[in-house]
Amino acid sequence: MTSLPEQTERKLGLLIDLDVCVGCQACVVNCKAWNTSGYGAPLADSDPWGEEPSGAWLNRVHGFEAAKGQQSTVVHFPKSCLHCEDAPCVTVCPTGASIKRAEDGIVLVDESKCMGCGLCAWACPYGAREMDPSEGVMKKCTLCVDRIYNENIPEEDREPACVRTCPTKARFFGDFADPDSEVSRLSAERGGVDLMPEQGTNPVNKYLMPTERNGSDLLSDSGFRLASLADPTPKGLLGWVDRALSSI
Amino acid sequence: MHPALSIILFTTLSGGGLGLGFWTLLLAPAYDAIIFAALVGLAILLGAVGLICSIFHLRRPTRAWRALSQWRSSWLSREGIIAPAALAVLFLVGAITMLGVAGWPVLLLRAAGAILALSALYATAMIYAQIRAVPAWNSPLTPVFFLSFATAGGWLLFTAVLHAYGLADSVTILISMLLVALAWAAKIAWWRNLDRCGTGSSSLESATGIRDLGKLRLLEPPHTGSNYLTSEMVFVVARKHAQKLRRISLLTGGVLPLACLTAALLEHLAVVAIFCAAILHFFGVGISRWLFFAEARHTVSLYYGGHAQN
Repeated sequence: MTSLPEQTERKLGLLIDLDVCVGCQACVVNCKAWNTSGYGAPLADSDPWGEEPSGAWLNRVHGFEAAKGQQSTVVHFPKSCLHCEDAPCVTVCPTGASIKRAEDGIVLVDESKCMGCGLCAWACPYGAREMDPSEGVMKKCTLCVDRIYNENIPEEDREPACVRTCPTKARFFGDFADPDSEVSRLSAERGGVDLMPEQGTNPVNKYLMPTERNGSDLLSDSGFRLASLADPTPKGLLGWVDRALSSI
Repeated sequence: MHPALSIILFTTLSGGGLGLGFWTLLLAPAYDAIIFAALVGLAILLGAVGLICSIFHLRRPTRAWRALSQWRSSWLSREGIIAPAALAVLFLVGAITMLGVAGWPVLLLRAAGAILALSALYATAMIYAQIRAVPAWNSPLTPVFFLSFATAGGWLLFTAVLHAYGLADSVTILISMLLVALAWAAKIAWWRNLDRCGTGSSSLESATGIRDLGKLRLLEPPHTGSNYLTSEMVFVVARKHAQKLRRISLLTGGVLPLACLTAALLEHLAVVAIFCAAILHFFGVGISRWLFFAEARHTVSLYYGGHAQN
């Protein structure tokens, strides 16, 4: 049923720390690797070795630059389904293929019911849904529903593939309905942000914002000077050796 | 948004068919079975061809029947139920009228069918108007111009058929002119709204949450190639071409039909002129429907450098 549940018992989702993400794309690759062999149809690519490779991915990392004068900060921005509480993709679905689960809030596509009309992808303001080029059904992040409850894999693997693989711990998985969960605490402490709140979707996933780096003073006149790097003053043991050798 | 031929044909043709069906059920004279059958037949033909075109937009057309199930929440599902229902009532009314059945139950059925036809047109428009992620569509003007075009196109066909059988007077032509003019006024108002709204209240800042670090721009897209999102929702039509196409659609769908109708009013080959007006109108509406998709901007374009075009 494509009506949304009044409320969900749990609100499973991701917390993504933009301050920590280095844009290595490991989450993107592991997401594709797991989901091409897990829940539903394989995540296909079209023309993968040809002139115009394309394909369905459930998680993509965009690179943005924030510039202030001559200084700029690069922000790596991973984006996947936000498992919105008021998910517009679910209510527009005419076939009943799109659902938001009442028990854990995960937004899923029942691929056996999807007729591939693409309306849900239009309704999503974030671009979280992609049509599979060979199967002709809508694909989206399942929060690795086939890992998180999977008792056949070791307990430490029972989290989404993207979270499991992230080498910098920029991604956290948990229950946002539980105020004591790691994701809820981190989000409260560091002001977790909703993407496009004006769209009225109430996303569950939250983003932690990047902080301004001290290194961004490198180029300013008043700040750290590059010239000093070229003529270093050694400290500690090296400094003693330097002084001792100089005095000979 | 990517302008798919299947959807352009669907909305334009089934719009015209349901518009004609609406007027037929509301006003068509039942005493002449041939005329009634011609009107009903044309309406069902256009409506059905339009609906069949819509199936070509589906990647899994054999599952289309499932679209009838989610009427509680989905406008597409409602449209999928109401439009065939309206055509079915039209067929039923046509059949019993041909058999000479008349009386208040038939009138009641005709009224119900007319309401269904209007509801189907409204549901079609709401498939697009409900989408907040496409701010240009998410406007009350969207159902207004969808209904205006469908009823104007339907009336043009209605008038043309009646004239062909020598049944209508110049008042019907004047009404056609009024409806065509009103429809294009609604479309021009919609275009003005489109030019104002861009990606609405969403921006790259709200899309990423990054507000304090300085001026944002896309440094590198997630993949080097295009993808479903960019081909489906980041379709960009050159602004100068869009302006030209707007004028072409207004000319073929509005100005030329009005000229034809003026000629018909002056009784120069009235029937041919009205049919020409109707065909030109549908052609112009078709072009404007292509623009309806091509010009509309989806918020996902913000993640792909679309903010730079603001």
